[in-house]
Amino acid sequence: MKDRSRTRQLLATHYVRDGIVLGLTVGVFAVGFGVLAVTNGLTVLQTCAMSLLVFTGASQFAAVGVLSSGGSPAAAVGSALLLAARNGFYGVTMSQHIRGSVVKRAVAAHLTIDESTALGTGQDDPADVEGGFWAGGIGVFVFWNIGTAIGAVGGGAIGDPNALGLDAAFPAGFIALVAPALRHRSGQLASIGGAVIALAAVPLVQPGIPILLAAGAAVIALAVAGAPPAPTSTSTSPGPPAESETGRGAAGGASA
Amino acid sequence: MSWTTLLLLAAGAYGFKAAGTFGLARFMSGDRARGIGALLPPALLAALIAVGTLSTEQSLVVDARLAGVAAGAVAVWRRAPFWVVVVVAAVVTAALRRLTDGALVLT
Repeated sequence: MKDRSRTRQLLATHYVRDGIVLGLTVGVFAVGFGVLAVTNGLTVLQTCAMSLLVFTGASQFAAVGVLSSGGSPAAAVGSALLLAARNGFYGVTMSQHIRGSVVKRAVAAHLTIDESTALGTGQDDPADVEGGFWAGGIGVFVFWNIGTAIGAVGGGAIGDPNALGLDAAFPAGFIALVAPALRHRSGQLASIGGAVIALAAVPLVQPGIPILLAAGAAVIALAVAGAPPAPTSTSTSPGPPAESETGRGAAGGASA
Repeated sequence: MSWTTLLLLAAGAYGFKAAGTFGLARFMSGDRARGIGALLPPALLAALIAVGTLSTEQSLVVDARLAGVAAGAVAVWRRAPFWVVVVVAAVVTAALRRLTDGALVLT
């Protein structure tokens, strides 16, 4: 009984629902990854281990792609790590929001990817940032690994996720999550600068590097427009209101 | 792929995440650190949006994705729920691809 009402309470939390939407979208690509990995000589066990342990979609696709086109293992790891490096920047950001034991932060580090960082930092209420991060991280982790296993075991039964337009779903979803940052000038500068730098770099450097270079836009925006205003809780009463209680419950339950 | 390669990749990927989470943040403190922390996600996510919408590998392209993402952006502007934004972008992109038989690509 208690469990069921707790589940209902979790599902009523907006960022938990958003985390599930992100997870389902990612899950379709995971099936594609599972198929691709197995058809390129990875065992089912290796394929599943990769999604569990590497847990960075773009890197995994890159590693398997390089190997399938005849590249060396060193080249595969190299191009995969170029795509994984941006998670270091996300770690810097999320470390300012996620407090607690070393074990908890070590688990958070593993879940630090595009989607979890976006869902965390995309929250209007600063009290929801940590909950949003865990919802995005766990939602994507669960569906990414289920999808990988389905693809690896089931083989080529699935169609192309791009035929469903899912390659456009991520940029659009990220727009929704960047929108709160566009309310202040430094956030606008960082976003426009990041997009311009990355697009300019695309033809010139290997995939992955344009996103890393975009981090420079954050430094430029800070120098030009200063730090964005410190976020304030949108909850009006000083005491812990019901909503942020839910948020904390979600975060606590997720990290347990 | 050998298990050694796979584990190296896993270690490297976690290394970046952990370096950000435990290492780099220690050298930064105060307002400047908070500013950088707050501005990195919009800079990187906007880059991902741009690259994910307008490029394939190392070429800049305009194709059905742009229409889908634009439709998604309108949904964001109209304060649609998150799942609606994602679905609108996917459906518009898929429909346009089907209508044009995937031929709509400008490089």
